[in-house]
Amino acid sequence: MNVLVAVTEAAVPDDEFEINGTEIDEQYLTYELNEWDEYALEEAAGLAEAHDNVEITTVTVGPERAEETIRKGLAKGADRAVRVWDDELAAVDLLAPATKARLLAGVAAQEEPELILAGAQSSDDSFGATGVALAAQLGYEWAAVINQLELDNDRGVATVHRELEGGVEELTEVELPAVATIQTGINEPRYASLRGIRQAQRKPLDVHTPADLGVESVASPLSLSELVEPESESNVSLFEGGAERTAGELAGVLREKGVEA
Amino acid sequence: MSADVLAVAEHRRGDLRDVSLELLTAGRELADETGGDLHAAVISGDVEAFGDRLNREGVDAVHTVAHGEEFNHDVYAQAVTTLIDEFDPAYVLAPNSVNGFDYVPAVADRLSIPLVTDVTDLAVDGSELTATREFHGGKTEGTVEIAGDRAALTIRAGGWPAASGNGDATVEPFEVEIDESAVRSTVTGFEEVGGGDVDITDADVLVSIGRGIREEDNLDLIFDLADAMDATVSASQPIIDNGWLPADHQVGQSGKVVTPEVYIAIGISGAVQHVAGMKGAETIVAINDDPSAPIFDIADYGIVDDLFEVVPALTEEFAG
Repeated sequence: MNVLVAVTEAAVPDDEFEINGTEIDEQYLTYELNEWDEYALEEAAGLAEAHDNVEITTVTVGPERAEETIRKGLAKGADRAVRVWDDELAAVDLLAPATKARLLAGVAAQEEPELILAGAQSSDDSFGATGVALAAQLGYEWAAVINQLELDNDRGVATVHRELEGGVEELTEVELPAVATIQTGINEPRYASLRGIRQAQRKPLDVHTPADLGVESVASPLSLSELVEPESESNVSLFEGGAERTAGELAGVLREKGVEA
Repeated sequence: MSADVLAVAEHRRGDLRDVSLELLTAGRELADETGGDLHAAVISGDVEAFGDRLNREGVDAVHTVAHGEEFNHDVYAQAVTTLIDEFDPAYVLAPNSVNGFDYVPAVADRLSIPLVTDVTDLAVDGSELTATREFHGGKTEGTVEIAGDRAALTIRAGGWPAASGNGDATVEPFEVEIDESAVRSTVTGFEEVGGGDVDITDADVLVSIGRGIREEDNLDLIFDLADAMDATVSASQPIIDNGWLPADHQVGQSGKVVTPEVYIAIGISGAVQHVAGMKGAETIVAINDDPSAPIFDIADYGIVDDLFEVVPALTEEFAG
């Protein structure tokens, strides 16, 4: 069974940073494996341990820089990796989830996976839409924001728990092939072993352009016209004195706001 | 150009979710800017009752689609696609919720409509729509220009007030022929987890605890305070990571976004990932012994002191 894991590299700004135009100045950014994708990778690695003949391929839309992150995925159990990039993609200001899904669908068409896993969102753009858009393009079933996954290959279904708001999980069966978008906390991501890290260097990492995948244009309907740091000027009113006094004054303010036993 | 707006409500287990009424406010504002009509739609469940509740001031038409009881993404995707084909709205609004994530991208993709999620503000300039949303876990806020004259938008809960007043919309059933062969997912049930009926996104007052509590046993102090205030307990990520509270209590980027009337952050430093989940609270109170903790940058009221002194005193105030 082929499992495809969509892995993205997220741009994480320092605590203090500067914005030039509509971008954070490069010197204030570090690029990391997206937190949600760590869990997607681990879920795939767990499936490979629990089932026979699972081959894991990761796919990343990103520049050459991302290969370090991609190797981390390979060190944690993926067998092969595909990276998609070209100059036209590099020039896109804000990649639309649908466009990204088209690129991933191009790779999926070659790999024909039974199951595609993706983080439920990325920590930088946080659209939370790519996985389901990918399913729609492939005609696959899907399940968004899952925190439990069980495969039943005999019946051709995946049983998932979806983490809804308010402490409720929805139990759903989806037919395979399917895309599942993974919520943090579904598992405990492993650390890469030294052996894994060594092996990762020798695993195949293929690079494709959008054109290779039959995607003619990556032009985005979305563009950023402004990017700002939200204002956070402190105007806190501090209560001072001993605990009894400060608690009493705070209680007075809270009662005015309608807080009561 | 007058452009119509379609707002698709959300419900679960017999209750219309509050964000459905917030959608109507966002939708009405948008329709006012374009000079169009506001349509609301509700799919599955007790659609008649839901339809009546959606008939608020400013709503021009409510379409009810009777099919099954609960949300199913295949049914929703088909129904909303059909509604869009029929009523041709320029803009489709849905909640930015776990279920919104589960069908809106599919609808947008099938109809080749641009999608922007987690929108906190909208503006129309001429025929161009711009949407404001956060990036980088709330460290930045961006204005997204959307090319073309259509868009699907998911709306952050708490971003708009709930629509009120009685409307004079027509509430009418809308027939959708669901292709059952394309329904390849089945919702088999629900499971209460952790606190069960605790919904931190629905609480008016949240008492939220962070690393400063030091030990699991000390959580009793926080529960006592919450009981005395008739508040709900939530937490920052370290508490969840330690397994001291269930994951559905987590506020922040990898947890829930909350917008209570009052948010009391106790022993929470205010890392940006946490702030992303609670800065929309009406009133923010911080109790922390570190005066340089970033939580004080966004708090309205603060006490710089040992929480083990202040919390029992505050409990006493409300219990007494």
